[in-house]
Amino acid sequence: MWHETSSDQELLITTTGRYLADRVPLSVQRKFQDDPVGFSPSYWTEGAELGWMMMLVDEDRGGGSVSGRGLVDLAMLAYEFGRRAAPGPLVDCNIVASALCKSDGALQETALAEIMAGEAIASSCLGSTPWHKPGEATISIRRDGDEVVIDGQVRPVESGKQAKYLLVTGKSEGGMTQVVVPSDASGVGVKGLKSIDVTRRFASVTFDGVRVPVDALVGTFDDAHEAVAHQIRQASVLLCSESVGAMEAAFAMTMDWAFDRYTFGRAIASYQALKHRFADMKSWLEASHAITDAAADAMADDTDLAAETVCAAKAYVGENGVELAQDCVQIHGGIGVTYEHDLHFFLRRVTLDRLLYGTPAEHRRWLAALQIDKEQAA
Amino acid sequence: MSETMESVEDFRLRARAWIDDNLGPIQRFDLTQDCKDDEEELVAVARDRALQRKIFDGGFAGIVMPREYGGLGLTAEHNRAFNEELAGHEYPSRLAVPTFNPCASVLLEYGTAEQKAAHLPAILKGEEVWVQLLSEPGGGSDVAGITTSAVRDGEDWVLNGSKIWTSRAWWADWGIILARTNWDAPKHKGMTVFILPLQQPGVEIQRIIRLNGESEACQEFFTDVRIPDADRVGEVDDGWTIGSRWMYHERLGHNSPFVTHPVGSKKAESSEPTVVAIARKSGRIDDPAARELIGEHRELALVTQQLQRRIAQGMTSGKGNTDLSSVDRLFRGVSSVRRSTIAFELAGASASVWDEEEESATDAVGMNFLMRQVACIGGGTTEISRNVVAERVLGMPREPSGDRGVAFRDVPRGPSRS
Repeated sequence: MWHETSSDQELLITTTGRYLADRVPLSVQRKFQDDPVGFSPSYWTEGAELGWMMMLVDEDRGGGSVSGRGLVDLAMLAYEFGRRAAPGPLVDCNIVASALCKSDGALQETALAEIMAGEAIASSCLGSTPWHKPGEATISIRRDGDEVVIDGQVRPVESGKQAKYLLVTGKSEGGMTQVVVPSDASGVGVKGLKSIDVTRRFASVTFDGVRVPVDALVGTFDDAHEAVAHQIRQASVLLCSESVGAMEAAFAMTMDWAFDRYTFGRAIASYQALKHRFADMKSWLEASHAITDAAADAMADDTDLAAETVCAAKAYVGENGVELAQDCVQIHGGIGVTYEHDLHFFLRRVTLDRLLYGTPAEHRRWLAALQIDKEQAA
Repeated sequence: MSETMESVEDFRLRARAWIDDNLGPIQRFDLTQDCKDDEEELVAVARDRALQRKIFDGGFAGIVMPREYGGLGLTAEHNRAFNEELAGHEYPSRLAVPTFNPCASVLLEYGTAEQKAAHLPAILKGEEVWVQLLSEPGGGSDVAGITTSAVRDGEDWVLNGSKIWTSRAWWADWGIILARTNWDAPKHKGMTVFILPLQQPGVEIQRIIRLNGESEACQEFFTDVRIPDADRVGEVDDGWTIGSRWMYHERLGHNSPFVTHPVGSKKAESSEPTVVAIARKSGRIDDPAARELIGEHRELALVTQQLQRRIAQGMTSGKGNTDLSSVDRLFRGVSSVRRSTIAFELAGASASVWDEEEESATDAVGMNFLMRQVACIGGGTTEISRNVVAERVLGMPREPSGDRGVAFRDVPRGPSRS
């Protein structure tokens, strides 16, 4: 990335980069394919010591970032994750930590401390597209005296089976509500799912009349709409950064291949038909870098264009990340779809990242709504 | 310079105050540069010259141009600040490109001291409007394959040939031209750059009417035009050295630090209907499929803007290579085509017609759609930019060619190029 990086940021990135290269090279991840968690517990706690889960948390709650612009720093970290197809629920743990740090309460405080230390994993039970169509949320949350009652089912939930805490988003009588639920609460059912990304784990989570005290609310009852939108934007920036890292890795691998692979007596890099495809891919890659960096900056600086820029990034990177990775497969030929080759790790990464926290189509509709509002106001 | 340079922020505040006091709101024909007829265009041109003079007198012309040529000798950042403050205001849009860039930027880089002293201050004052005479009817993407020739005759050169796609040459004052001066040398080694006044005997300028009726582009025919050797730029037969930089400046277009041109989103005014307005008109504003298209249209605008910024930053900071501007060119072309298609799609059948009394021609989205590919042709095709990206940015092998190391007169030129 061409962010002007400080030496502290460089240190953060290179430390994590080296750590990931050492602990979770693709050769190791291949062996974890059928492991229920996907990584060893010490990988996550030692990663937490490098600051992985504290960057979106306020300093007075024990968090902080090297640059003071936590989302920008974390996006750089997510880029490293993408470049190495590294495992672990980096996005969800950070989004939940960020949400929890805005709430007081003993449960929130304990959960936050454990997430930051890497001792507990947290998942966001958001489901698909509740943010602009709250009526379609699959979870309902109602109040009953000094308790809230949660019903419904949601999927996909990242690391749902490993999570100790669940940040649940649901429709309530007058809007949207968020609540933190310990995964061992009575009435919570978690079922592991198979996923297209072998490096990550997903689950379906069912809430059957789950009761938690109102103290477990995150934010105000009925008033979570803005907070949810904010979380989706934060997550989108991180997923885009991760995807750009994965795109970079897939592209570099395919460039090497184009020079090494000979057909009809010449390197395939010498065919104009392929050169033009590489040029297109390079333009998608640079554009993805550009809009993702801009989205991280706009969020960190809270600019007027932040919401639009994030939607544009999630839509653009979602669509073109996948197209780039598939083109890399095409240029590799048959070997590109084998498990033995490394390329699929990055194809999986960009494909899944495209789907989480809003598909390109959903972000485009969101962007259109913002645009229509803006023109009406003008 | 012994005094310290004015900070960008101080400069910005000073520029803001001056612009608010002196420049009116942006005009329709500033944005698209489309005038309803030649009469209106000549009025617009005269106004642009006067505006440029006003900016010069106000002390804001040629922000990055050296002081000895009437400029301010400040940085690209100062220019950007001025351009940001300019958003929403009238400005001399017809001088931005190509007068300031690439013409003035090339002249500054390669002109003789006399040429610079004669022309750069005149450009800054709005007295000289320039065009670039590069493309030829037989040339297309192969810019170096030019056949317009200049032959030495005493103290002069004699120019014969034709140039094409020159924007608004019919009212311009001066041109910078690339001509072939040596047919025995290989293609890239036998060209020379000159400057010449356009309104003179021997220069015939014809308008080219495009399929949408617009006629800003021209073709020039040169017949025995005498150019004094003093108006030669750079060394004889070394024109391609200049030509390469010239095209680099051209690719920068409005992003060049030499250009005064509003940037930023302060006021997004345009005479063209927005895609939201188009979808409303066609009754599709609540259709989810239409919403996705509106979102994609906005997405591509934002991505284009950010990519341009990233590449400009990369070139300034040295993290990116200068050929990366071809990535920008490629992306702009392809995304512009997609955006035209989206607008067309949203308009439905109403894209086909317009009521001359109640609507402007741009309401016929279909007309823009017919002109869609211009975005991938003008200023170098996207096919050529793909070659540049692959070969110079990614380092892939070069295309084979039939003109390397051969005397230019022996290069095969095909039946249409005599």
